[in-house]
Amino acid sequence: MTLHGADVIRFSIGSLRGFPSRTVLMLVAMAIGVCSVVVLTSLGEGARRYVTGEFASLGTNLIIVFPGRSETAGINPTTMMGETPRDLTLDDARSLLRSYNVLRIAPINVGSADVSWKGRSRDVVILGSSHELLGIRHWEMGQGRFLPQADLDLATPVAVIGSKIRNELFGAKRALGEWIRIGDRRFRIIGIMGSEGRSIGVDVQETVIIPVASAQQMFNTSSLFRLLVEAKSRDAIETVKAFVIDTLQERHQGEKDVTVITQDAVLETFDRILGTLTYAVGGIAAISLAVAGILIMNVMLVAVSQRTAEIGLLKALGASPRQIIILILTEAMILSALGAFTGLLLGQLGSLIVRHTFPVLPAYAPAWASVAALVVALITGLLFSLMPARRAAQLDPVLALSRR
Amino acid sequence: MIELVNIHRNFQVGDQTVHALDDVTLNIDAGEYVSIMGPSGSGKSTLLNLLGLLDQPSSGTYRLNGQDVTSLGNLRQAQVRNREIGFVFQMFHLIPRLTAAENVELPLLLAGLEPEQRHPRVARALDELHLTDRSHHKPEQLSGGQRQRVAIARATVTKPNVLLADEPTGNLDHKSGQDVIHILEELNDRGITLIVVTHDPEIGRRAQRQLHMMDGRLVDGQGTG
Repeated sequence: MTLHGADVIRFSIGSLRGFPSRTVLMLVAMAIGVCSVVVLTSLGEGARRYVTGEFASLGTNLIIVFPGRSETAGINPTTMMGETPRDLTLDDARSLLRSYNVLRIAPINVGSADVSWKGRSRDVVILGSSHELLGIRHWEMGQGRFLPQADLDLATPVAVIGSKIRNELFGAKRALGEWIRIGDRRFRIIGIMGSEGRSIGVDVQETVIIPVASAQQMFNTSSLFRLLVEAKSRDAIETVKAFVIDTLQERHQGEKDVTVITQDAVLETFDRILGTLTYAVGGIAAISLAVAGILIMNVMLVAVSQRTAEIGLLKALGASPRQIIILILTEAMILSALGAFTGLLLGQLGSLIVRHTFPVLPAYAPAWASVAALVVALITGLLFSLMPARRAAQLDPVLALSRR
Repeated sequence: MIELVNIHRNFQVGDQTVHALDDVTLNIDAGEYVSIMGPSGSGKSTLLNLLGLLDQPSSGTYRLNGQDVTSLGNLRQAQVRNREIGFVFQMFHLIPRLTAAENVELPLLLAGLEPEQRHPRVARALDELHLTDRSHHKPEQLSGGQRQRVAIARATVTKPNVLLADEPTGNLDHKSGQDVIHILEELNDRGITLIVVTHDPEIGRRAQRQLHMMDGRLVDGQGTG
């Protein structure tokens, strides 16, 4: 007495079509569960790709140096005296160029100041740096040229402005070659940044870039905010990092008072954090799958009591308890599978819409999420219909048939 | 063929025990035509359900073709129901979403027969009950008499030895009821053991052997007659 698979499936589909509202309800529940897993993980994955992509666009083989030590170095005379760390100076920067493995460096100073032209003015982030910054950051010029290749100490009154600043100050007028006032100094515009230059922390389009020495004078500091060091190759990164630490320690009277991080380390950290986030979001979405499973259980229980007479009849016709269980489970599995695939399609559609709406966010659902959603949906569908199926199998046929 | 020995069937209703069947002993030979009559609550339906293995006795022995079927497991009992016994119900109990042919096919499908073995048997069963032109109709498109004929086709498609009918004419008008009774009797003429439960004396009288039940007992010790 073994049922034929084709018969079971035909019978189950028949009974699903016999109760369309129930079927649709369960399909929707499953579909929503799977769909939310797909969409949410695609958002998480999109955020991860976006952030790591942005970091990569900051520059490659990059080592970032900033003053102050982020690790506790234990008790020494300086901590007792509460001395602030030594400045990171332009001389420090220049000393790093000695290494064969260092391709180029760019010192960075940041501040904000009023930028004005013919009565129009606005407060702008001022970036003090050097010629090398353009290459390190992979930025592109819109018009004119970048800061000239000159000695770092030279406070030339030239400025490169972002395209948004240009539009706000000059409108349709020609900006290149004009003199603008930054703080209490006058600078001549020699270049305008391209619209592509955008990266974490700094929106180049809303920035004005001047030589680092000018910025130091303007903000009255001899220290640097950051020092970007580009290694010759990926393999040289660690060597350069060690070299930077040693050189600066030597120059700072043996104090390890700078923090050196590599682009890779930052990237890896963000990658890990956001990867975990994607898992977490996927896990939260999976709860909706469990909810769908409970709904399936309820609806299958209703289905069993709705069809008491039919199940009783099947028993009278010689269906064994096992056969009844197989029939009910098959029904639930067909529903779960259909719902899961519908949800998968909806989810893909959803992430397509996200990608369309936010083109910067590469919201592609990771393959593991789709597979996991499908598998979890099928398993919950199966597990949660076991109980209703059992109940159907144990139904007393006499009672079932006498109900009218 | 059917042997019931000292069958009891008790139900617990609240803290009261109801003796639906009280020490019933009954022999029915192959090919007999038996009617079971009695007022409602006399235990006639319980007896029929027990004969059809839909219910278990509280005590006593039930032998079908010499085999003790009360001690069989679920699966074996289901097989016996499928092969040996056909049911005809007062409410027809056709599955509304299936066509007449599909309803008739169900017992064969549950038996695990191949489609090519099933289809000729279904066609023959429908033909014998003059339902061939109705085979693709849904139950709701059939009259009461036709529905009961579909149910009879379903009960006989597995060629059972015993046909159990529980008030088979209860939901039919007089004419259709007569037709159904004639069909059942014709099947009996061809050798099937027919057991009809009814409270209609006119139908009950037609049987060669008439059993009367009262308070869970067979009246006058007719069981072994």
